[in-house]
Parts: sequence; structure tokens; C-alpha cells
Amino acid sequence: MKPRTIIDKIWNEHAVRAEAGKPNLMYVDLHMVHEVTSPQAFEGLRLSGRPVRRPDLTFATMDHNVPTLNRESITDAISKKQIDTLFDNCKEFGVELADIHSPNNGIVHIIGPELGLTQPGKTIVCGDSHTSTHGAFGALAFGIGTSEVEHVLATQTLWQSPPKTMEVHVDGRLGTGVTAKDIILSIIAKFGVDFGSGYVLEYTGEAIRGLTMEERMTICNMSIEAGARAGLISPDQVTFDYLKDRRFVPEGAEFDEKVEQWRQLATDEGAEYDERVVIPADEIEPMVTWGTNPSQGVGIHGTVPYPEDGKSATEKKVIKTSLDYMALEPGTKITDIHVQHVFLGSCTNARIGDLREAAKIIRGNKVADGIRAMVVPGSQQVKMQAEEEGLDQVFKEAGFEWRDSGCSMCLGMNPDFVPEGERCASTSNRNFEGRQGKGARTHLVSPAMAAGAAIYGHFVDVRKLDQTVSS
Amino acid sequence: MEALTVHEGNTAVLERANVDTDQIIPKQFLKRVERTGFGQFLFFDWRFKSDGEEDPSFELNYPSAANASILIADHNFGSGSSREHAPWALQDYGFRVIIAPSYSDIFYNNCVKNGILPVRLPEDQVYELMQNGNDKEYHLTVDLQNQQISDKDADFQATFEIDPYWKEMLLNGWDEISITLQYEEDIEAYEKRVKV
Ligand code: SF4
Repeated sequence: MKPRTIIDKIWNEHAVRAEAGKPNLMYVDLHMVHEVTSPQAFEGLRLSGRPVRRPDLTFATMDHNVPTLNRESITDAISKKQIDTLFDNCKEFGVELADIHSPNNGIVHIIGPELGLTQPGKTIVCGDSHTSTHGAFGALAFGIGTSEVEHVLATQTLWQSPPKTMEVHVDGRLGTGVTAKDIILSIIAKFGVDFGSGYVLEYTGEAIRGLTMEERMTICNMSIEAGARAGLISPDQVTFDYLKDRRFVPEGAEFDEKVEQWRQLATDEGAEYDERVVIPADEIEPMVTWGTNPSQGVGIHGTVPYPEDGKSATEKKVIKTSLDYMALEPGTKITDIHVQHVFLGSCTNARIGDLREAAKIIRGNKVADGIRAMVVPGSQQVKMQAEEEGLDQVFKEAGFEWRDSGCSMCLGMNPDFVPEGERCASTSNRNFEGRQGKGARTHLVSPAMAAGAAIYGHFVDVRKLDQTVSS
Repeated sequence: MEALTVHEGNTAVLERANVDTDQIIPKQFLKRVERTGFGQFLFFDWRFKSDGEEDPSFELNYPSAANASILIADHNFGSGSSREHAPWALQDYGFRVIIAPSYSDIFYNNCVKNGILPVRLPEDQVYELMQNGNDKEYHLTVDLQNQQISDKDADFQATFEIDPYWKEMLLNGWDEISITLQYEEDIEAYEKRVKV
């Protein structure tokens, strides 16, 4: 048989109907639901008298609106309504919900993997663009709109045109102190915010194979920031070891059988992609974004560009607008940018490994004067695990706020936001205008880089801190 | 969904690339549980000054964009968050057609599913339309059946591509779920076969 990519394999297995020249009707194995993009979908079902076809393949959580302090008492009436609405909808339609009191509650893209709902070979959708996160397991996972949420609830399927495939090859070995976040920010900086448009990306190469599952999730999470429909990584032993003994993963002989099937999914030697890009791993440095889209980033030793550096008239204008919004002078050294806020959180970088990395740098240090720093674990499980390891103490002693889980300052729909005109080093995924609050200025970085900025008050090369700080 | 066959209307020009859905509808307005009423919040942070007054320097507030129902935008329009509140807001504000060189995938789908026609035209044609429309009222006729766009004096004429499936949906104003449910047997057969 002709060698195939994992993308082709998953696609073919899930086609309920495939007619030439038409989108295919694809079966959905897992549908994750959250409070912001689902109310109108459930309402649609109610109006047309339709049930949820497969409540057993549907799983809900509340994350975008939940407060990270006093989560029991939501003061914002409209937030509360959205949360109550999800609660009622799940009850009415028989969908399992990790509600605000559940120990399993957390950001949708953190809890899916944590519970073992996310598995290789599955088609996974959610009314949320960062659903691409689940691709780290070798699943085909993508974000959908609310009409599609309703469609999946009613039919467990979606109409989709077959995707084009692109290999994103990270060639060679990563330098020490360079993280998964730096890889994905570098990829987007190099190839642009829409190079992945219309494609499903597969990340390959030694540098990717060497990553933990959590790090792989960071990479796949930001596929959408490259415009891609989805991004994934072929599963391997690292994937299987992560999944073993998780709640929704089969046990014993059944698990071994699954692993055998999962192994077959990996892209075959010699399979062809529609497109291929390569980035040498050794050119990747700790990254900081300076602008208002995730491609506007440079290495820590770089400088803020001049509008004239833009390659086209449009790009020149885009740089100019971004710099105006960010209040940055061209030519400024990245290490001279001072921040007032540090946010360690979001579905990109708020798993236990991220908190451990940051804590290594924070331990025994203090947050610089005038900086408000906070840690918002990605889920209640992550929070509990961190507390068991004493990481909460490390952060608190340094002057960080230690919160409950949720999306929080990633988008500022709950009370956590960055005030107008202030600057934030953030481990999240979007530095759009107003994303973290109206007029807020966001710099995207890795957890280690965020930790460094918290201590020094400006961006620093965390690779140089290693000996002095963590000894 | 309202069918869309031939649409005639005034244009609004948005000369910015990478306009993301966070701008189209800022997150503070995502908390409603209804599908309607989002138009008042469209481009909120750009449309209004902090005192709540309309900002006359924002393109949609130009007199030339009065009652516009066709939006002309630049590359990568609708990127970012998958929020369908973005097309809901555009539609509720009065837009039925968007013309841009490129869109984010999810946004494009969301538009079609809400009866908005997202037209892809080559960059130079989009820039020509921007030129024509950015300082005066400029009416276009968009004919979905024939996949054509033209202005009144036929100075501008272009054809565009669209997936035949989406085209049919838009032309008929179909509800996609009812279409799919006609294939329920296939879905059941699939579920039996792969034992999900
Ligand atoms: S953490 Fe941010 S990016 Fe992730 S799901 Fe929540 S709001 Fe979206």
C-alpha cells in the first residue's frame, strides 16, 4: 500500500460519506464543550426538538468565565448566567460536566488529555480554536463555530473538505534552555500567521520527538496561530506512557491492544505531504513577541524592528500599527522592555511541567518591585499536583499570586485582566490588541522567560540565569 | 437561514490586514446566551471612543460607509478565536457579503453557516475596490448564482470561486442539520461498523 500520513489515515477512517467534489461527512469521536460557545447551540437543539445524539462522546467543562479567586461566588451576573446555562443544558441533555466544584474542572484543552479523553487516532472537536492542542496525541483535533457545535451535538458528524497536509520539520537538536514555546513562536515568526491556512500540520523531527507530551501540547496548541486547521504529532512511546492509567483509557490487555493500533497510525516512512517547511532547531532562541500578532516575535537578543523592515507595503503598515499599539520604539532591545504584569497560565503553558520550569527559576527569588505576577494553573488537577510538590509555596514566597484554574488573563473574560496601557509578559497564545484587556500590551513568552521577567522586571535570557539562580 | 442569491448594497472598506475576531467582537460581549443583538458591539473597541461616542476616524463610521452591507477587507480576515459571535455581529449590523483576499478557515465556515457570503478575490482586485470605495459611497452587485461582482457602471467586474456545496447552501438558505439527518442511516451504519 502507498505510504500514508497520519492525517490521511485518520481522515479515511472517519468518513461516513465521501462523494467526489463535496465535503465529506466526518464522524466525531470526542466533542468537548465549554460555556461560551455552546449556549446558542443547545438552544438550537431545544427549538428544533433534537436530542444530543451521543452524550457519551460529549464532555463539558466551564473555564472561560470562572473566577480564579472565590470561584464559588461569581459576581458578574452575565458570566453567572452563562455558567448556569451550561449546567442546565448538560443536565437536560445528559452530558457529563466537570463543573466549577469538580476536581476535574479546568481549561478544556488541559482536562481532555488529563482525563485520557484525548487519544491517538480520534477526531476531536470543540467550539474553541485551540482544540488543535489535542493533536499532540496524534488525534485530528480542530476548533469549530457554534453552528457546527449544534451540528455535532445533533448528528455526531461534521461536513469537512479533505485537508491539505504540511510537514513542519524541526531539524536537529534544540539548544539547552530553549523550550517548546520558543519552537512554535519561532515557526510562526519564520513562516507567518497564515502559512498553515487550509492545512493540517504534522510536526516532525528529532527536536519534536524529544519533547514530553506536555511540551508537544504547547506546540500543537498554537497551530491555529499559524492559520492551520489543526496540527498534530504522530504518537510514540511517550504518548502511550502518558495515557496509561488515565480515567478514560482502557486498562490491561485492552490497553495493550490499543497501543498496537495506535502504533500503526504514525506516518509511514516515505509518505508524501502537500507541502513541507523546515526550521533548523539550532537557530531557535528563547522568544519574545513585540507586536500584536504571534508572528511578530524575535529572539531574546533581538531588537524591535523598524516599519521599513517590512517586506511589503501591507507588512510595513502592519508593523507600524503594532508598534503604535505596543508603544515601542523601533530598535529597542528586547532585554530593555519592562513589564508590569506577569501571567503564567492558559491552555498553552499551564500544565504541571510548565509550573515546574518556572518554579526552578523563581525559587529563592523575589518578584521585582512594581510587578503584579500571578500563576493560574490550567486545571484543578494541576493545581493540586503543584501544591503537593510545594510549588505554590515557591511562587507565593516570591510574591506571585496563586489562583484557582481557568482561562483567566489569557482573555480577561473573568475579573483578571491587564489595565489599559500596561505591559504583560504572558505564557498564553495571543497578543492581539485588547486580548488581555482593553489597551493591554501583551508579550508572549515561555514559562521560564515569564519567570525571568517577573524577577528582573524586564526580559532576560533565562539560559544565562541557570547557574546563578537555580543552584 | 435567509437565502442569498443576488445582493446589491453599499460597501465599507476596512484597510487592515489580520483583523481578528477579538476585534470584530471583543470578548466582553461574548457572555450573552442568545444568537441575536451582537451588531451593537461589532468592532466595539475601534468604533467607539472611551467616552462611548462614535469614533469618526474608524472606517465604519465614515459617512461613505452608511448602511453598508458589503465589507471589503484585507488578508487573513477573521483570524484567531473561533467565536461565531463574529459573523453574528457582522450580520446583525447589516453585512451580507465580505470581500477579502483571504480568510481564516473557521471564520469562513462560520460565515457561510450564517448566510454571509465570504468572497475571495485576488489582492489587486480587492485593493481596486478599496480605492473605489474608501472615500465615497460605492455600490456593488454580488451575484452568487453566476459568481460575479460588478459596480453600477460596470467599471469593475470580477468573477469569484466558491465551493459548490457552500454555494448551494447559501442560495437555498438551507439548514445543514436537516441535510445531514437525511444520512442518518449512514451514521448508524458507521457507528455499528467501528463500534463507537
Ligand atoms: S486559555 Fe485562552 S486560549 Fe486557551 S481556551 Fe482559554 S481562552 Fe482559549
